[in-house]
Amino acid sequence: MSALTSHLDGALSGAAGYWLLAFIKIALLLFIVLTVNAYLTWFERKVVAHMQSRIGPHRVGPHGLLQPAADGLKFLFKEDVMPGGVDKFVYLLAPFLALTLSLASLAVIPFGPKPLPFHFFGGHQIDLWITNPDIGLLILFAITALGVYGVALAGWASNSKYPLLGGLRSSAQMVSYELALTMSVVGVVLMANTFSLTDIINQQDSSKVGFLGWNIIGWHAGITQIVGFFCFFTAAIAETNRVPFDLPEAESELVAGFHTEYSSFKFAMFFIAEYTSMITVSALCTILFFGGWQSPFPAGDAWKFTHYLPSVILIPSGLWVIYDGIKYETIWGRLVLPVIGSVITVIGAALVVFPTANEFIQAPFWLLAKIFFFLFFYVWARGTLPRFRYDQLMNIGWKLLLPVSIVNVIITAAVVLLRHKP
Amino acid sequence: MSAPLIIFFVLAALAVIGAVSLILQKHPIHSALSLIVVMVALAGLYLLMGAEFVAAVQIIVYGGAIMVLFVLVIMLLNAGEEERTDFSKLAKFGGLPLALALTGLLAATMTTHGASVPNPETAGALAPTGQISNLLFTTFVYPFELTSFLILVAIMGALVLAQREKS
Repeated sequence: MSALTSHLDGALSGAAGYWLLAFIKIALLLFIVLTVNAYLTWFERKVVAHMQSRIGPHRVGPHGLLQPAADGLKFLFKEDVMPGGVDKFVYLLAPFLALTLSLASLAVIPFGPKPLPFHFFGGHQIDLWITNPDIGLLILFAITALGVYGVALAGWASNSKYPLLGGLRSSAQMVSYELALTMSVVGVVLMANTFSLTDIINQQDSSKVGFLGWNIIGWHAGITQIVGFFCFFTAAIAETNRVPFDLPEAESELVAGFHTEYSSFKFAMFFIAEYTSMITVSALCTILFFGGWQSPFPAGDAWKFTHYLPSVILIPSGLWVIYDGIKYETIWGRLVLPVIGSVITVIGAALVVFPTANEFIQAPFWLLAKIFFFLFFYVWARGTLPRFRYDQLMNIGWKLLLPVSIVNVIITAAVVLLRHKP
Repeated sequence: MSAPLIIFFVLAALAVIGAVSLILQKHPIHSALSLIVVMVALAGLYLLMGAEFVAAVQIIVYGGAIMVLFVLVIMLLNAGEEERTDFSKLAKFGGLPLALALTGLLAATMTTHGASVPNPETAGALAPTGQISNLLFTTFVYPFELTSFLILVAIMGALVLAQREKS
């Protein structure tokens, strides 16, 4: 075994190991994100169902937990219909474009500050990101700027009225809201003085002042970015075509908008793209305005007890899943749910037993917790808000968000300039 | 061959293929898509040279904003397939020799000067974002502001032209 590892060490010490590590990380992230996407649909259906006094999916697997798998299989085995008279190349290109671009944006999201406590073969450090360029934020905006094509081309290539209208609507909407989206983060960039996402997080240092250091409060720079956050999040929801800005796929007007003519897995690709952009936007909100992986509590021994929060959440929820599983209706559920619950409980307990592991997962825990909150917010908005009218949508974008974000930039710039000591 | 060299040839091939297909495609949307491929491939080349900021701006401005407008206009006008016309006389006697001359000139300059762009050690070393902004807002602040003023005038001109048809 040790002979094998030493041999691998030698073979992978140079560029080969670097590339292999990158590919492994990409494959792993894709696997995780696609699984999370699948369970995000389950989560969304459950939460919206409970908001509307329904139960939601509960037939396939205990609590409907296998519903995403059933949906995925159904997408794969459905007949793949291509309507007549479509522009074949563009018709096939559009879903690929939508999916690739939304997945590509995940490459620059950092998930934790410290590399894993062990090294890859050949001594390569395993960071919790795929790449961390100096212009991470600009790359994200570049990918967002290209994201319009997936939707617009799908609408155009389908050779049908409703998709074309949906595609036109969404192009206009995304172009309009991109302005506000970009302007609203200029304040954050001014405060951090960089486009690098890790540097933006590090600048919102919470080790002394806790959550006051986050950009949403802005203790370090002396100005709050709450206005910027409001503009950013609103524009981001519009940019991802979600309720209440889902005009491109307004069912009552456009059947399903740009993806009306797409069936089978091509439809699923648009769906996965939408959910992946939701995750990216939630991560971006967290990183830009809510301190990324910074804990809301100050560092230091007095606040050491907050480090057990992951365990405090994991162990009771694991125990609850076991309790719920024992009295579940089906035998299958009575077998599976306690196992899941035990795994969650054991993970929680393991974090108490191994302090190094507990310290390591602090930063990713807070990042993921905040991302999860924003994902819940997305679902929450979908469950409660009615859709805007098209003129309202354009008015909000051009007459409210854009001027407000420009004013925010001016005020932030003034404060940053005044506090700047040369 | 090193990895950057392979990536360079892939991107360069993409850019050239995109440019040729831009001219040869019959449908305007396909031509616009080819142009987007060229823009993105060029951005990749900038990135390879270490000019990160320029690469991102290339995609945001050209690949995103400008080409989205192109595609949107083509979609709105519902433009059909183009008809092929004969080679015009101007292109035959003026354009082709000029294109050949330009290609020769570029090739001659490149061969005599060799690799004038140094290979950067780290990404962003050639044109760091901070340095670009410093140049833009100190040394070149007047040309920069004048350019933005020019764009503003152009936008207002477009507005005036669009408004006139109403009355």
